[in-house]
Amino acid sequence: MELFNNHKKLFWAALGLFVFLTLFVALIPATKNQEQNAPLPGYKPLSESAIRGKNSFIANGCVACHTQQVRNVDMDKIWGDRPGIAADYAGIERTDFWRNTATLMGTERTGPDLTNVGKRQPSLAWNLLHLYQPRVVVPTSIMPAYPWLFHEKTEVDSTDVEINVPQEFRKGQTGKIVASQEALDLVAYLQSLKQVELPTGQPADDFLYKKETNPSTPQNNTGGILPDLPNGELLYNNNCASCHQANGGGLKGAFPSLKGSPIVLGDDIELFVNIIMLGYDARPEYAVMNAVGMNNNLSPEEVTAIMNHERTSWGNDAKKVSVEEVKKVMDFIKLTAEK
Amino acid sequence: MALLVVARAKKTLKWFSWRKELNAFNEHLANLTQEEIIALEKRKAQLEYELSGEELAGKLAINDERGIISEVSIADELRFVSQKKKSQPRPLVEPKLTKLILWFLGSATFWLLFGTTVGEYLGIKFVAPDVDHVSWLSFGRLRPVHTNSVFWGWASLAMLGLAYYVVPRVSNVAITSIRKGYQTLVLINASVVIGTICLMAGINNGGGEYREYIWPVMALFGIGVIITISNFIKTIAKRTTKEIYVSNWYIIAAMMFVLVIAFIAYWPTWQNGLGETIIQGYYMHQGVGMWFMLFSLGLMYYFLPQQLNKPIYSYSLGILAFWAQILFYTLIGTHHFIFSAIPWWLQTVAIVGSAGMIIPVVAGTTNFLLTFKGAWNKLKDSYTLPFYLIGIIFYFTGSLQGTAEAFRFTNLVWHFTDFTVAHSHLTMYGIISFMLWGFIYTIVPRLTGKEAPQITIGAHFWLALIGLMFYTIPLMYGSTMRGLMWMSGVPFIESVELMKPYWLWRAIGGSLMWISHLLFAYNFYLMLTRKSLPRIPKTAIEVLAARKVLIEEQSKQQ
Repeated sequence: MELFNNHKKLFWAALGLFVFLTLFVALIPATKNQEQNAPLPGYKPLSESAIRGKNSFIANGCVACHTQQVRNVDMDKIWGDRPGIAADYAGIERTDFWRNTATLMGTERTGPDLTNVGKRQPSLAWNLLHLYQPRVVVPTSIMPAYPWLFHEKTEVDSTDVEINVPQEFRKGQTGKIVASQEALDLVAYLQSLKQVELPTGQPADDFLYKKETNPSTPQNNTGGILPDLPNGELLYNNNCASCHQANGGGLKGAFPSLKGSPIVLGDDIELFVNIIMLGYDARPEYAVMNAVGMNNNLSPEEVTAIMNHERTSWGNDAKKVSVEEVKKVMDFIKLTAEK
Repeated sequence: MALLVVARAKKTLKWFSWRKELNAFNEHLANLTQEEIIALEKRKAQLEYELSGEELAGKLAINDERGIISEVSIADELRFVSQKKKSQPRPLVEPKLTKLILWFLGSATFWLLFGTTVGEYLGIKFVAPDVDHVSWLSFGRLRPVHTNSVFWGWASLAMLGLAYYVVPRVSNVAITSIRKGYQTLVLINASVVIGTICLMAGINNGGGEYREYIWPVMALFGIGVIITISNFIKTIAKRTTKEIYVSNWYIIAAMMFVLVIAFIAYWPTWQNGLGETIIQGYYMHQGVGMWFMLFSLGLMYYFLPQQLNKPIYSYSLGILAFWAQILFYTLIGTHHFIFSAIPWWLQTVAIVGSAGMIIPVVAGTTNFLLTFKGAWNKLKDSYTLPFYLIGIIFYFTGSLQGTAEAFRFTNLVWHFTDFTVAHSHLTMYGIISFMLWGFIYTIVPRLTGKEAPQITIGAHFWLALIGLMFYTIPLMYGSTMRGLMWMSGVPFIESVELMKPYWLWRAIGGSLMWISHLLFAYNFYLMLTRKSLPRIPKTAIEVLAARKVLIEEQSKQQ
């Protein structure tokens, strides 16, 4: 056949077919996507510090293990409030002339997704400690440590941010360990990673492949018996354990222990719920606690389950609280928050 | 009681008839005629016949006048490994071209060693994350160093070096320019060196896999490919064969396509927002499928028939696979972003394309295996063909695994886990590297006239294969469990803890693979430099030739 024996015709034909298909699966969709999408109204561009932090995130190849995409499947619900949409990435432009656009969507979750990490884990103290040595706060983590983002100092200035590293992780450093500007920028970037809320009235996409709920679970509407609560231990591990640790022991100098804690064991339910929902900053010897409950939209049932887990684990032995008591406090918090 | 009587009667009757038969026989024996005796003796002789061992030569001394019997080897010692056939001498390749090809293959070998040493270290970091705290060696920076140096350094340079052998041979002309080959060699090596330093210093393109080099660095690679493709096309244009052998289809297409994808993916003024992601999916997958796979298949279409000493089973199947690969492979890039925010229809197109890939994969595999048919006996006598066969087997299984991973449900379980890592090693290592090793062991002895010891080649083969299995099988099992764990909604860190034993297995398998590369480098070195003592004449031809030389020398002296 002439086509097969004429090298010009043959190679042009192969190239033509390839480029033709490329137009339809790559060039046109990519151009359309970049033209047709704009950031959501609530989108805030990164601060100067966060931009520097993002550059550090790129330089250190964090995307090798951390994705930034919430897929529209049920199992990704823990990483965001809604599935990601094209508009979420529309504000990201080419980094500079030399470097390509960094959507940082990633393809591998050796570590957790970071789409919403600014909401899930905004604590500065936790993030710095975790960067210095992840195994201080998450003992079984395999994330690399980034000690070169920190300096050792004998005297701490008022502008310095010191981190409180337990003795066994200091590696012979005896002075004060202080975060570098790069570390602070990196945390600023992580804190900025939050899903933007959709404009009011626009429904979010559905999460697909929902887990089937078991219809045989008996309905608990009979008075007197405690209703079925969600799994308190699981909720505690997902929301609280990164700081207070799975064994409730906390971390000396950073996060208080919950074992024998007067707040956890006491009868002041209102204070306890307030701390979970709104955070806490009353004790100078510990880091600031963020509004974990509000940030993660915890329901009264979930807060109750967490409280009961804390009140009855690790040697703690206090009376369980009821959903009604918790709900009353939370309704009040909501009311004041709306004002 | 009645039964007993009947049984007894039957037994008696049987005994009587036997007696009768015996008497008849005795009578017959006593009265045998002479003819009957002769007939019996003749039959007896026939049944007892044995060859004397002198049927062919008779009583004469054995004499192999036509030299039919050659290469007689007597096993006077026990062998630990079976002896394979030696490389057959071939017409000499132009020494200048030989040198160029060896430089390509030597650089490739260096990058294999470098890239997999980095890979091995990364595998160790999964087990011991605090092994070092040096920024230049941190995981996120080294990971792209590993992938890019084995991609652009090892596999790409090896393929191009082999193509410098194949393209002129199937065109039946000399290569147009050897100097251009060196330009390509230098540019690509420079690209990988500079790229590696940039990545370790924290200068990268922003995170898309295999697109981590910034564009000026990748441009060096691209210019290198442009120089060589023009060299190849000029060579093909002046070919003395009428048809263009299918190897050259694959090789030239691979080079054209890699230029197209690099140009699109690296053009520095576009791809905002999700445009980046759509192009990333396209670029990354065309990179592996259109550059490495297409190129290696082209080399296989030359080397396999040649090593088996028979034509390819079906030329048409090779052509079908070629067009089907372009048609389907081009579509599948975005299957890396199933369920993401890129358009749903584009994800569906990618899944359909991935299913369509069954056609070229089955066509290619069938073609190769049917070429083997009738020549399987060559496999056991060859130290190169096992590499080919493993490459072909992984071509089939690894590619179909890729199709399986593209579906929506399998994405739930496997996406984002180390299953992808296992898959990329089954393919880039199982297919591409095994094929390239087979081809290198085939041509280097032809170029240099020196062979590596068969025992270290065998050790390379088995360590690489067993290492790959140790690497991938536990990783696939563990990551399936991890995906199911994610679906059930347990805390994320538990899935990290779950993976620990499988990451250890990966490090063990990786170590075996790494050792096999040390052996490969050693073998390559020996194929270049092995000194063998001059052979003492043994065969009749050699002895007579030696005698002739001796007589000539003596007559000169007089």
